[in-house]
Amino acid sequence: MQTHRRMLESTPHGPNSGESPLLRTTGLTKRYGDFLANDSIDIDIWPGEIHALLGENGAGKSTLVKAIYGLIQPSAGEIRWQGERIVLSGPSEARSRGIGMVFQHFSLFDNLTVAENVALGLDGKESFKDMFARLEQVSKAYGLPLDPRREVWQLSVGERQRIEIVRALMQDPKFLILDEPTAVLTPQEADQLFIVLQRLKAEGRAILYISHKLEEVKRLCDTATILRGGRKVETCALRLETAASLARMMVGGEIKAVKAASGRKTTALRLVVNDLSLAPAESHGVRLQHISFELRGGEILGIAGVAGNGQDELFAALSGERLSHAPRTVVIEGIAAGRLSISQRRKLGAAFVPEERLGHGTVPRMKLSENALLTGHAASGMVRRGFIDTAATLKAVDRATETFDVRKAKRDPEAASLSGGNLQKFIVGREILRNPAVLVVSQPTWGVDAGAAAVIRQALLDLASAGAAVLVTSQDLDELAEIADRIAVMFHGRLSAPLAASEATRERLGLLMGGSSPESTEVVHAAGA
Amino acid sequence: MQLVLERRAERSGTIALASPLIAVGLTLVTMIILFAILGKNPLLALHAYFIAPLTDGYSLQEIAVKATPLVMIAIGLSLCYLANAWNIGAEGQFLIGAVAGSWIALKTQGTDAGAWVLPAMLVLAAAAGALYALIPAICRVKFGASEILTSLMLVYVAELFLDYLVRGPWRDPQGFNFPTTAEFDPVATVPLLIEGGRLHLGSAIALLVVGGAAILLGRTIKGFGIRVVGAAPRAARFGGFNANQLIILTFAVSGALAGLAGIIEVAGPVGHLQPGISPGYGFTAIIVAFLGRLNPLGILVAGLFLALTFIGGEQAQIAMKIPLDVTKVFQGILLFYVLACDSLILYRFKLVLPSRQVARGAG
Repeated sequence: MQTHRRMLESTPHGPNSGESPLLRTTGLTKRYGDFLANDSIDIDIWPGEIHALLGENGAGKSTLVKAIYGLIQPSAGEIRWQGERIVLSGPSEARSRGIGMVFQHFSLFDNLTVAENVALGLDGKESFKDMFARLEQVSKAYGLPLDPRREVWQLSVGERQRIEIVRALMQDPKFLILDEPTAVLTPQEADQLFIVLQRLKAEGRAILYISHKLEEVKRLCDTATILRGGRKVETCALRLETAASLARMMVGGEIKAVKAASGRKTTALRLVVNDLSLAPAESHGVRLQHISFELRGGEILGIAGVAGNGQDELFAALSGERLSHAPRTVVIEGIAAGRLSISQRRKLGAAFVPEERLGHGTVPRMKLSENALLTGHAASGMVRRGFIDTAATLKAVDRATETFDVRKAKRDPEAASLSGGNLQKFIVGREILRNPAVLVVSQPTWGVDAGAAAVIRQALLDLASAGAAVLVTSQDLDELAEIADRIAVMFHGRLSAPLAASEATRERLGLLMGGSSPESTEVVHAAGA
Repeated sequence: MQLVLERRAERSGTIALASPLIAVGLTLVTMIILFAILGKNPLLALHAYFIAPLTDGYSLQEIAVKATPLVMIAIGLSLCYLANAWNIGAEGQFLIGAVAGSWIALKTQGTDAGAWVLPAMLVLAAAAGALYALIPAICRVKFGASEILTSLMLVYVAELFLDYLVRGPWRDPQGFNFPTTAEFDPVATVPLLIEGGRLHLGSAIALLVVGGAAILLGRTIKGFGIRVVGAAPRAARFGGFNANQLIILTFAVSGALAGLAGIIEVAGPVGHLQPGISPGYGFTAIIVAFLGRLNPLGILVAGLFLALTFIGGEQAQIAMKIPLDVTKVFQGILLFYVLACDSLILYRFKLVLPSRQVARGAG
């Protein structure tokens, strides 16, 4: 934190030092059909400030930065850059003016080297050799170590993000936009990123930092603009605000706290995984190695970890989308299920909620009733002698709608027409209403608004209270701390021994997420046991 | 000013129904221009194509006869296409079905074999068509070979095989060296529905196939599985539907229907096996399947419409000396417009007007 303070003091610029802002939007509006994604947004970005852009999913953050970066044309309003009114023809014009952006989803080619990826992203006139030298120099200068010769698929998510940041920095931007950069980082990696960002700020560059992690924003940023429902709520100085006051502005009210029923009793073993190892199905996938855990009824086990460390592969192996080699590797309700199909596992009482809502958890262009049938056909009495009971599928939709407050335009719309939060409530509801004995859920509140997230977390707690075993994979440590009884960490296809929630501090989990050496992991285990 | 395609929140049901009609309309406009360029009176030509065949009973029966193989094949193809499996080789499956069924007809020729002959021919033709379609399906599932290429190439194999048979071992000894088999016996012939007319039992079978497909796709879990596998493969696996199994199944069903259509054509309107038993039914059926929105009832309507173009084309050739190939041009243009109009189901046109805000700044 000392570096942090020194940087702040040495900053020559401040929000009030210059006469005109680096970037100013006035009345910026983006309309999609009848829907106002951005409604007359005014925002000022000053040199040498880290400006947070806060808001729930669907608040209009992405639309705003896409307009600033030239990816979309605003329907109305203007953008001024260094006092001059500009109309961007596209991202390359934005880059040439000095606006850079690091996206949440990386656009990298797995089979190319770091240097080749950087070269592809630059509007380069310089030779590959010069670019290569500059890449090494920039990465060294900012403390972002990268080996330009390595192929991207070999790199961790944190390293991949570094490529994107270095690529943006090589264009010497005056203004850098970062979209949820810490979503894929361990707490320690995030700290390193903050040092880099403070350094950029000290150099007089401006940063627009999109996030919904309020504590982090308070720590890093100077100013925050809060969006809600496409409108600007306020721009405020962060030192005057608390995380709670920011959350109120984001949501527009208090969020109901999730409550666990006290004194949950654990019952019989419902899900047991014994020494599960599985080679990846795709090239560059993660190999699952010797994964073992036990889960009893009434218990929630959280699995933390940076994305891409085998969580998807574990989900596929548990659900039966991929079969393992031996039946005893996955035991559901006492039955060896490692070689059973996903439908057979559902018949044993298991239910699954994958991370991807559209295209995995649901068929986007099919109605909700058909999507109820998608996972309900094997074990929920929706099919008789091969014929579909349409009334039963509609009833399942109605029940999920009532119980989980799914908001939709009509009784049975297409899945793709629902907002992320409502679709997730439907999917979770669809599975919970089958009364599963075991629920395996991946990223239950990923990209979901705060209200829906609270409903979903409460539902998982209630399900456990009712005696089910719940396995939650999440990258959100706060979420796991809120609902899980024990937390284990996935790293490079291995699962650590679970820690009791009370002992799973951010620091400990962070070390495990970064793959700290086996000895130190042992120590943590010993301490946790 | 700019014309942009904008994604709709939900697929438009109205456009889904209207899109084939828009496509037909656009095709007619294009045809009018084409007729004018050919120096023919466009209105007379359209009349010969689309109105004249509907005015006499003989042509109406002939339309139903032509529509029969188109509809049967297209129903099978629609199952494949819904499952995202691209069977382009229905023409070959049609021919192999015809060959296999003809084998029984030729073996029993001149014997006093009973009423079992025709049913046996139908069953064997369906089985042969299914087996022939399984070749590309298995190559796709086991080795990842593109079923589009393999199924298409097998069409030429089937054509040459048929050619060899009718010019060689199966040639009619009393046939003046024409490449054709002898006429089938009455027990090996598809019975007519109207005495002295053209309409035969095959059309009734085609109607049954349409009904069966409507029930399969709309009411059963198997049909649901086929649709899910095509629409979202990952969700299908999550739902417990085995994509490879369904690819094999849809190819087999589609091959069986094409084979059945083949033997019905040979044992019905044609009466013997010869090259050229199909004026490209297997390929035209692809247009029928898409024009009918991969929906069984839509395919029935589309099949009748395409059959009309065949009959109308013949009449236009006789009456106005318009080349028969114009019919194929018509069918190609139609498929083009159908696929183009389909994008309007998920997207809509939007006119973006230049506004002051978007005008370029002084710099």
